[in-house]
Amino acid sequence: MKGMSLIVRTIARVVTTFIILYSAYIVVYGHITPGGGFPGGVILALGIMLLMLAFGKDLPLRKLPEGRASVLDCLGALGFWAIALLGFTAGYFFLNFLGKGEPFRLVSAGTMPLSNIFIGIKVGVSLFAVLTALSVYRRFYPPGEEPPEED
Amino acid sequence: MEVLLYALLGFMVVGCIIAVEIKDLLSAVVSVGIVGICLSVVFLFLGAPDIAIVQVVVETLCLIILLRATVQRDDTTIYKYIESFAVATILIFSGVFMVLAYRAFKDLPSFGHPLMTVSQEYLREGLAKTKAVNFVTSVLLDFRAYDTLGEATVLFVSILGAIAVLRRRGRR
Repeated sequence: MKGMSLIVRTIARVVTTFIILYSAYIVVYGHITPGGGFPGGVILALGIMLLMLAFGKDLPLRKLPEGRASVLDCLGALGFWAIALLGFTAGYFFLNFLGKGEPFRLVSAGTMPLSNIFIGIKVGVSLFAVLTALSVYRRFYPPGEEPPEED
Repeated sequence: MEVLLYALLGFMVVGCIIAVEIKDLLSAVVSVGIVGICLSVVFLFLGAPDIAIVQVVVETLCLIILLRATVQRDDTTIYKYIESFAVATILIFSGVFMVLAYRAFKDLPSFGHPLMTVSQEYLREGLAKTKAVNFVTSVLLDFRAYDTLGEATVLFVSILGAIAVLRRRGRR
């Protein structure tokens, strides 16, 4: 995947920052405003995807190599499991064991913001991994019919 | 209000038919996009901003992936040929499903009729119990957290499988 023209690159460089900031907002405020871990994670993946479309596949892969992406993916999944299992410290699986706090505050609702953050990391990085798999690894071709070099 | 909803639904049906029938793959992908975006507008009208956000975002992602898959092909037009066996099988099995589903759905109570005591309990006690203002999140991550865990696990395993199938290095 080659990059695009100078105009696209400049716009993408500016806009990606805001997209990733917006995804962080959607994830962190998931228990107060509409949103949550899943849409925030997808928006994060879309921001990285914009970088990949504008600059070619090398830049995002340099920032976030495959190994680190899979580590982050597993970290998100394990974090969510850990929150679920930590409920046992107070009683049972998935118990909301942290203090609830006041409604309408950022730090409220116990484990929900933490779960949202872990789900956001997991979804974003794993969708990035899907894009990587589709664009970097060559597709499944029957033997003998090797594809032409990647554009 | 209802007229607008029906108009959007009709627009979605037209988009589906165009996506199936058109020969140019790029136009088919764009028509599929129309369906998704209309669906997110419908969710907004029905008062579900959470699902509307998810719908529009996931639709964009899917469209980009589909576009990348179609644009890479040299020849984006397909030539129509119909496998009559496949069509006949699909028709027969949808007919069987329709008959069985009609018999099964006849016994179901009508929409919203058994008073949904569990959900009403959630609605009444949700804010006091979880202190989360966004009720959807409090259902997703507290009352029904098992479902979210299952969904996250499904995503994790499917992506693991996709990478394992698609990668080239290390396949033995």
